[in-house]
Amino acid sequence: MPTNGAPIGTPTKVTQGSQTKGGIGESTLRPDGTLKVTGEFAYSSDMWHEDMLWGQILRSPVAHAEIVSIDTSEALAQAGVYAVMTYDDLPTDARNYGLEIQDTPVLAHGRVRHHGEPVAIVAADHPETARRAAAKIKVEYRELPVVTDEASATAPDAPLIHEGRTDHHIGHVPHPNILHRQPIVRGDVAAARERADFVVEGEYTFGMQDQAFLGPESGLAVPAEDGGVDLYIATQWLHSDLRQIAPVLGLPEDKVRMTLSGVGGAFGGREDLSMQIHACLLALRTGKPVKIVYNRFESFFGHVHRHPAKLHYEHGATKDGKLTHMKCRIVLDGGAYASASPAVVGNAASLSVGPYVVDDVDIEALALYSNNPPCGAMRGFGAVQACFAYEAQMDKLADKVGMDRVEFRRLNAMSQGTIMPTGQPVDSPAPVAELLRRVKAMPMPPEQQWLAAGEQADVRQLPGGLSNTTHGEGVVRGVGYAVGIKNVGFSEGFDDYSTAKVRMEVVGGEPVATVHTAMAEVGQGGVTVHAQIARTELGVAQVTIHPADTQVGSAGSTSASRQTYVTGGAVKNACELVREKVLEIGRRKFGTYHPAWATAELLLEGGKVVTDGGEVLADLADVLDGEAVEVEEEWRHRPTEAFDLRTGQGFGHVQYSFAAHRAVVEVDTELGLVKVIELACAQDVGKALNPLSVIGQIQGGTTQGLGVAVMEEIVVDPKTAKVRNPSFTDYLIPTILDTPTIPVDVLELADDHAPYGLRGVGEAPTLSSTPAVLAAIRNATGLELNRTPVRPEHLTGTA
Amino acid sequence: MDFLRPASWEEALAAKAEHPTAVPIAGGTDVMVEINFDHRRPEYLLDLNRIGELSEWEVGEESVRLGASVPYTRIMERLRGELPGLALASHTVASPQIRNRGGVGGNLGTASPAGDAHPALLAAGAEVEAESVRGSRLIPIDEFYTGVKRNALAADELIRAVHIKKADGPQQFSKVGTRNAMVIAVCAFGLALHPSSRTVRTGIGSAAPTPVRAKAAEEFLNAALEEGGFWDNGKIITPSVAKQFAELCSAACNPIDDVRGTASYRRHAVGIMARRTLTWTWESYRGTAASTEGVA
Repeated sequence: MPTNGAPIGTPTKVTQGSQTKGGIGESTLRPDGTLKVTGEFAYSSDMWHEDMLWGQILRSPVAHAEIVSIDTSEALAQAGVYAVMTYDDLPTDARNYGLEIQDTPVLAHGRVRHHGEPVAIVAADHPETARRAAAKIKVEYRELPVVTDEASATAPDAPLIHEGRTDHHIGHVPHPNILHRQPIVRGDVAAARERADFVVEGEYTFGMQDQAFLGPESGLAVPAEDGGVDLYIATQWLHSDLRQIAPVLGLPEDKVRMTLSGVGGAFGGREDLSMQIHACLLALRTGKPVKIVYNRFESFFGHVHRHPAKLHYEHGATKDGKLTHMKCRIVLDGGAYASASPAVVGNAASLSVGPYVVDDVDIEALALYSNNPPCGAMRGFGAVQACFAYEAQMDKLADKVGMDRVEFRRLNAMSQGTIMPTGQPVDSPAPVAELLRRVKAMPMPPEQQWLAAGEQADVRQLPGGLSNTTHGEGVVRGVGYAVGIKNVGFSEGFDDYSTAKVRMEVVGGEPVATVHTAMAEVGQGGVTVHAQIARTELGVAQVTIHPADTQVGSAGSTSASRQTYVTGGAVKNACELVREKVLEIGRRKFGTYHPAWATAELLLEGGKVVTDGGEVLADLADVLDGEAVEVEEEWRHRPTEAFDLRTGQGFGHVQYSFAAHRAVVEVDTELGLVKVIELACAQDVGKALNPLSVIGQIQGGTTQGLGVAVMEEIVVDPKTAKVRNPSFTDYLIPTILDTPTIPVDVLELADDHAPYGLRGVGEAPTLSSTPAVLAAIRNATGLELNRTPVRPEHLTGTA
Repeated sequence: MDFLRPASWEEALAAKAEHPTAVPIAGGTDVMVEINFDHRRPEYLLDLNRIGELSEWEVGEESVRLGASVPYTRIMERLRGELPGLALASHTVASPQIRNRGGVGGNLGTASPAGDAHPALLAAGAEVEAESVRGSRLIPIDEFYTGVKRNALAADELIRAVHIKKADGPQQFSKVGTRNAMVIAVCAFGLALHPSSRTVRTGIGSAAPTPVRAKAAEEFLNAALEEGGFWDNGKIITPSVAKQFAELCSAACNPIDDVRGTASYRRHAVGIMARRTLTWTWESYRGTAASTEGVA
């Protein structure tokens, strides 16, 4: 196990950052904020190129079938069509891609495994022409039986979703339709169960959630004269895309030049490739720029979703309320292709006990291959499903023991020093009990707010809202609590580094820093934070954020709540190296004029070199004087290691992040409609580099968790494995009238391993929000409610 | 696709006569969605936006003649007194942007069972003014809906206006959706008291192949109110009467299971809405209630 010392790559002698205005800790505003609100921001779907063609993808109308034949002749014959490509037209032997396992065909080869799988692509001079041409491609399917759940996946005659698997998981899974399985065993559950005075079991179901980002998949591929291609794309990780795209095109990576274009949200849904390869293939085939934009319908088929899950939990507790043991089995449906499923399994398993101290555990998590839509990364990544289940269990146990639900949690809450089920010690603050205390201590929203406006009921404050279903009849208030634990950064031994290139020079007499990374800005606020870090470290007012592209090294993924930690860490590190170089120049030029150059701790502040005592030694403009200092450097957080495949033991995670929620709901118990009145949150963020962004992340994550509590679900037909609601008409996400007041209490307890002590923020609030809302609805209705989302029929006995 | 842009109502009728497959478009809040999703590809689109009179209304002695294109926003803001049920229903239509564009003519033309205006029209009592080059006729709203997304219009007819009875008593509208705004009805219910004729009318949305009235429920309630002298004595409606009314409204449903809800839930919810809207309207009629019509 690695030591818990200083993060690798951090200089041992760290000069303190300066007090420069607009630095870390300030709520500087997003450079793109006003543009986005006023509709001026250029998203990837807004791009235009002279002479460009439009790409269109033909997708499978069925979930599982053999492709008997494909006839493209009619499509090719249509005026305005420049190219039609199928599997047979792929230029190299690399015809699959994938984040971890290359099991996803660029275009279907003889078989489709899920509803909406790409079969053929078309380029034409108008999007409607491309669409009509695609419709003229004749594909003959011979339908095959579908695998839709664990029973059908592991039945004796189950069709194998991927025959002849050779991936690195096949050796340890009990069935070839099980993609990956991770057990974690620690202590002695049988013995611990003997000590339990109460044992609670539960079976839970988590529905398939969609990221529902508002900017659909889109990009523009422009063929270059050198035989390469320039791809302008909305993604979460440019270099991961590049690694998957280049082999399929048969190009070296330096001939696929990628530039990030305006990203309209991601939430995990852009970790996998969507139209990237298709656009490049068509551009290289036709020699013309090709743009592809999915519409909303296609977007539902164009990216992976959150894994639906079945979870079985058993917990025990003594009569004084101490948890004795936990046994769980988590079955995630990964759908037709691997995507990020193995890592989601690792998270679900290793975080399945939640932020509690339980020494004796027996955990199993696995992901199925099925004919359902592929599932992969989404905000919360495996920890969300587990949190929904263990928090329901905590309420049941507290009730059995006869303790207050919050006090029961606080009694069992982990803290710094707790050993995880994986054997990994929690080696930074874990203020779980304190977060619960804080969220419980917040003032309650007043009762019956719908009567506050006057003598008539204000329906906006009631379940059903403007639909005018109740004026107070049948409405019961409920309150629920939940807390969760999420890992930050990529885990299980992944080399999770980021690269930053920082340049400092004098422009027009002013020192200016340029920060260049390949970080995908998907709304998380990296563009703001990078500039803040540069101001703090380099003491400059002006910072230019270079567009993200592949002309600089990888910044890793904008996911796992990792970007401020890792790419922020890389920017900090590069700035420190730049500062050292600047100071070296200063010493060389001016060192003889003042002894402090040699003896004092020096800072760059307000465009000057100053001593830590505040004495000004030189203007940066004089130090640099035409010279530019530039550093490009990779930065790594401390390494992690894989979980043992049999016992699940291992130093698997970099950092943990915690949030707690209190939900207050009004439920129309007769109609089964829910109004969430308030979702109070307390979260430890280590250090809020940009407090406004932190609050935004917490409120956004909270709302996304609310969505899957009461409305968001991709409904897949269990008989056909077809998606039944691929539209915003029937896949509902919260509107502003569904979004409650979200008071946020931010705690800042530094993690000494992390840059500035910060803790990843974005995901933790998504975890506890859902179970808190469910707990509140249970509290109002007295129903057990073991599935999410809760629909009116579940609350009215009419399912 | 040919885009026809008549400058007058007469030109529109002529165009529709010449091209009976032409799809009329005004607000476009239904038609454009269909076209964008490639669910339909009409040969001709007949744009009615140049015909200003379609966005006008007249308040008469007995009824309001509501132009087919009068936007929902206008109904909410300007006709709340005359058409309270329809105003409440209008407020539940989609978002402010859609309500600024869409109108009742489109709801009727599409004739989706989930159209928000239908229950209110059925409850209030209305006639659809349909016109063609052959002439004009008034189609009673009860006869207008003929099947799932089908209506009584002839191929050459256009909807010019809807004649809706002015409210002579309290009206209510309720709609269940699984979101607190911007949602298509899982089911909906409209109820209007007509003290002048001593009758009650209802409308049910999204719980049968077409919008329907709960006629047995109406007859039961009319008889019960008459029998007990309720219209005169203004007594509180007994819970057993309200309950039976609700049950009969549930029984008037012929719903399906779909991705928005179960048939069983729809029947259940229509009953609840029937009971509540009856209570709200009756309390209002009695003039004793402090809170009857919800505000927003």
